[in-house]
Amino acid sequence: MREVAIVAAGMTRFGELWETSLRGLFAEAALEALQAARADHLDSIVVGCMSAGQFVGQEHLGPLLADEIGMAGVAATHVESACASGGVALHAAFLEVASGASDLALAAGVEKMTDGADVTAVLATAADQEREAYQGITFPGLYAMIARAHMQAKGTTEEDLAWVAVKNHRHGALNPKAQFRREVTLEEVMGSSLVADPLRLLHCSPVSDGAAAVLLCPLDQARRYTDRPVRIRASALATSTMALADRKDPSVLDAVQRSGERAYRTAGVAPPDIQVAEVHDCFAIAEICCIEALGLVPPCSGRHAARTGLTALGGKIPVNTSGGLKSKGHPVGATGIAQAIEIFEQLRGEAGARQVKDARLGLAQNMGGSGASSVVHILERV
Amino acid sequence: MPSPRYWREIPTRYRLEAARCTGCGKVAFPARPVCPECRGREWERIHLSWRGKVVTSTVVQVPPSEFQMEAPYAVALVETPEGARLMTQVVDCEPSSVQPGMEVSLVFRRLRKEGRGGILCYGYKAVPAA
Repeated sequence: MREVAIVAAGMTRFGELWETSLRGLFAEAALEALQAARADHLDSIVVGCMSAGQFVGQEHLGPLLADEIGMAGVAATHVESACASGGVALHAAFLEVASGASDLALAAGVEKMTDGADVTAVLATAADQEREAYQGITFPGLYAMIARAHMQAKGTTEEDLAWVAVKNHRHGALNPKAQFRREVTLEEVMGSSLVADPLRLLHCSPVSDGAAAVLLCPLDQARRYTDRPVRIRASALATSTMALADRKDPSVLDAVQRSGERAYRTAGVAPPDIQVAEVHDCFAIAEICCIEALGLVPPCSGRHAARTGLTALGGKIPVNTSGGLKSKGHPVGATGIAQAIEIFEQLRGEAGARQVKDARLGLAQNMGGSGASSVVHILERV
Repeated sequence: MPSPRYWREIPTRYRLEAARCTGCGKVAFPARPVCPECRGREWERIHLSWRGKVVTSTVVQVPPSEFQMEAPYAVALVETPEGARLMTQVVDCEPSSVQPGMEVSLVFRRLRKEGRGGILCYGYKAVPAA
């Protein structure tokens, strides 16, 4: 396997982008990445998208999107792993370059969620249709059950959940690409309406449009495109049972644990080596479960991390400096790539007001469904 | 005429048909081809008891459009005495009263309508244990 680097990135603003179509979002992000690297060719394109088929009635994204950026002819495909589609696209593009099949690959993620589809019902297709969705459960509902199990097992409180949202909005307020560039107070979060008890509106990531793209090449060719490449030290994918009912402990996201362990082993690093992390906070409880599963905090202590500032900017291990899915927005297929871009910018010292000082090693974790798939990337400044 | 997709699920939804692995005793609901514990492929068919205990739960306030009329409603993970877990609505009680540890009975109920024809779909729901 060859060493792989990320050499360029491009990303749209996240939000309700009425004026831009699915293909327009993709083109904006992809062209920005290509221009940053001054690249006029590609060997392959991998697009992560949860469900253009349901959101806008469009399948066959590989050729559609390659064509849109003048690259008809290139090997292009679409990968899907629900909300982890972006992370899985990056994983696939990494393998494409590491294996020697491509010398220049574009990994992109895109989702157009505001064109009128029944978003709650579309997202519920990431759950087990016969066993879960049939009974009327929603995605916030699944994570609410995880939250209640976490409260039972580890003493987590509604206030602990609220602090995650407060922290991530504080970060997102500093991010020009974020959907909600504003802070929220603890009282606002705890007074927001219930979506699925105990999760409230301000514990939940929003419905968003957006796209993100990164350019990958072998590390030894990276200087052709940039003087500050970022090396992919590990790219690890893992799964768990699809149905929440089949997890021994519904408060533990074991796919996240597995993907983290695989990534740490491949990279030859340990959780304390990570200096900045983006984790999948689709709901506030998910950030708490993920930082525990990834070993970024001691077991069962995830609930305190946002309140004490451990995971805030300036803390020991800043988590979701971009604002996370909560504040930056969550166009589901784009999220995994956008997380990698936040780490890419942090390691290159380009994160502006959100910069973590001297960050050399960062981690991005993206998951699908109620944690049935998870992908972890460990990135390093070179 | 119910759709084939609905008809295929009838043994699970009407009769709580499950399977016990003859190798390790793991109970799978619904039945499946490979045991997730020991990867065995020999099963005996069993029926789950129509009762269980809530493992975790929620109250759905913002439902999918087809469940609009029913919200807010409680949904729980229920473990039966055989050790199988299933996801189900908990009805005939105040949704907020459904909490981990609650004993429930499973009952046969109408769950939803399917497709443009509005075919009635049935299955199990939980109610507070008598």
